[in-house]
Amino acid sequence: MVKTLILGAEGGINPVIPHTAEIILGLISFLLLLFVISKFVSPRFEALYAERTAKIEGGIEKAERAQAEAQKLLAQYKEQLAEARAEAARIRDDARAEGQQIIDELREQAQAEAARIVAQGQHQLDAQRAQIVAELRADLGRTAVQLASKVVGESLEDEARRRGTVDRFLNELDAVAAPASK
Amino acid sequence: MTKLVLAAEEFTPPGVQDFFPPAIFGSVTKPMVLLVLSILIIGAFFVAATRNLKLVPGKFQFAAESLYDVGRNGIAREQIGAKDFKPFVPLIITMFTFILVNNIFGLIPFIQFPTMAHIGFPLAVSLLVVYPVYHFVGFKRHGFLGYLKHQTIPPGTPWFVLPLMIPIEFFQKFIMNPLTLAIRVFAAMFAGHLLLLVFTLAGEFLLLHGGAMIVVAPVAFIFAIALTFLEALIMVLQAYIFALLSASYIGMALAEEH
Repeated sequence: MVKTLILGAEGGINPVIPHTAEIILGLISFLLLLFVISKFVSPRFEALYAERTAKIEGGIEKAERAQAEAQKLLAQYKEQLAEARAEAARIRDDARAEGQQIIDELREQAQAEAARIVAQGQHQLDAQRAQIVAELRADLGRTAVQLASKVVGESLEDEARRRGTVDRFLNELDAVAAPASK
Repeated sequence: MTKLVLAAEEFTPPGVQDFFPPAIFGSVTKPMVLLVLSILIIGAFFVAATRNLKLVPGKFQFAAESLYDVGRNGIAREQIGAKDFKPFVPLIITMFTFILVNNIFGLIPFIQFPTMAHIGFPLAVSLLVVYPVYHFVGFKRHGFLGYLKHQTIPPGTPWFVLPLMIPIEFFQKFIMNPLTLAIRVFAAMFAGHLLLLVFTLAGEFLLLHGGAMIVVAPVAFIFAIALTFLEALIMVLQAYIFALLSASYIGMALAEEH
């Protein structure tokens, strides 16, 4: 088989037998290209890939950070809102309590004032009454004595007797009037 | 003149001799020039594309990045694992682009020669680069005996098949892997180019000397065009497979368990 192949090929060339010169040239060319690519091409591409990865990861990280911050702010706002609501409720309660207190106080004051006015009126009334009674008593006594003097025709000079008579009369009057005034 | 026509009328099918054009000068041949051209193209492309990298890539940068991404994330990280793949990325990228461009040379007008159809070139990469690299990192990772055991005894093997298993695994891992790696791409490129030659040259022959058979010529050309598309697919695929398998050998050598 090999023999016929060699015979068939002009000049006895066998394509399966490698030429030493070609192996050497192939190796040198390949190594040269490998050198160029590993020295100049690959590092640049790898640097680019690294940069790209860093940029993407940086972007993701930044977005995550922003989200976390937003979450924090939201929580903070919610907390503040809840606080504000609680504060408002507290203020409202306070105001209501205070209002009640003020109303109570005012009512108490008014009641006290009313009581005072009533008491004062009573007092005044009592005083006036006492005064009037006293005046009346004196007046009545004098009038009665004058009247009696005119009737009897003699002056009831005797102070002691007069006072006794009048007082006795008035006491009798009081006794009569007391059941009626009650 | 008559002699020439007579000679041409007897159609000589393309053969091995078409893969060995005469030297351009001295002992420099066409594939050698193409190989050097390929590393210049790849190197210039990548260096120019990475000169001013931006976070948001432009069109040119995007193209280079996509290519780099296939080697880095599609092959190296998948096969070697996210833990260890970083140092091997340049190697995988170089392999992928080196073989890709040299394969595609087979379709570029006026160049039209897949450099990898000369077995010396893929063999240089597989036998002298991939093979030492993956065994070296394996020995370094697991120790001498540890690595031999790691490579030749798959976990869970029953003891009684070990006498059979160890030689087979050893033969495969230490002898066959680099050879098959090189032969795979070489054979695909060789056969593909030969197929294209057959249809193109046959079409040309039918067109010029076919006589009544000239009506068949378009069929040959249509086949040649269809095969060109198929070849384009195979060229990319072979480059991808070469890099993928190399990465997978490295990954297996480094793996804690199979």
